[in-house]
Amino acid sequence: MSDQFQIAGQAYQSRLIVGTGKYQDFAQTRAAVDASGAEIITVAIRRVNIGQDASQPSLLEYLPPSEFTYLPNTAGCYNATDAVRTLRLARELLDGHKLVKLEVLGDANTLYPNVRETLIAVETLVKEGFDVMVYTSDDPIAAKELEDIGCCAIMPLASLIGSGMGILNPWNLRLIIESAKVPVLVDAGVGTASDAAIAMELGCDGILMNTAIAGAKDPILMARAMKLAVMAGRDAFLAGRIPRKLYTADPSSPISGLIAAK
Amino acid sequence: MQISINGEAREFTAPLSLLDLIDLLELKGKRIAIEQNGEIVPKSQHATSLLSEGDVLEMVVAVGGG
Repeated sequence: MSDQFQIAGQAYQSRLIVGTGKYQDFAQTRAAVDASGAEIITVAIRRVNIGQDASQPSLLEYLPPSEFTYLPNTAGCYNATDAVRTLRLARELLDGHKLVKLEVLGDANTLYPNVRETLIAVETLVKEGFDVMVYTSDDPIAAKELEDIGCCAIMPLASLIGSGMGILNPWNLRLIIESAKVPVLVDAGVGTASDAAIAMELGCDGILMNTAIAGAKDPILMARAMKLAVMAGRDAFLAGRIPRKLYTADPSSPISGLIAAK
Repeated sequence: MQISINGEAREFTAPLSLLDLIDLLELKGKRIAIEQNGEIVPKSQHATSLLSEGDVLEMVVAVGGG
């Protein structure tokens, strides 16, 4: 059965995108990414630490751009100007790379997206030829607007970034999925494998996560669990779940031919 | 001449190209992107872009993040 996952015209085997932050060291990052099976990894853009030991390894040495699709993000940006500037630098840094994750935050406590600034940034980035995967609220109207402007993937939060609270509003996610013509990925809020499976069973095309893996007691094992959960959830979505029957049982075995029948 | 790199004032002797600066800071071979006075300077122009008194530079790199 062909079940292709495509982002901006590129096909991927894995529907799990992972972040590379919060790990103990680069070796652990690499091991977790490998266990997750992810082909797309997110990275942040930050100032060079001038004066540090030049022989120190860098993330790019452990996770070479030749092996993975990089998804530079705008984490920490609170307005469209900063986000666009960050992604222009990312494009230069990664030799003209176009696929980016836009997130424009609205509040330092909740890290909730500022949709107004996000829309402004998308307008510019799309005009400049970026392929924008956009982090947004779980608002179906905002999601549609972002798609109409030209985002290549819509990434609503399941719950707050790093909260591990899981899928708080499955109904809104369904509304977004049903109307979207581009991939919809849950970005933020996944806490454990069952959350990932639920998101996929809802019909999400993929999931982006970082803390749920990096923050686990055993990140490598959790990465594997997430890989399997995303695959299981996708299969379950395609297979089609049985309808829920409130207060009505439905036996699996034949009801005729019972030996005790009179 | 004094220039600002990533928010810190630094003193250098002119003339100096961006490529010279990368060398001085022991960043040669590292994958970095540079903004000079708010404008990105493509890698292909690092050797020919000269620094001037009061220039403001931002030098960035990819780091772990989600």
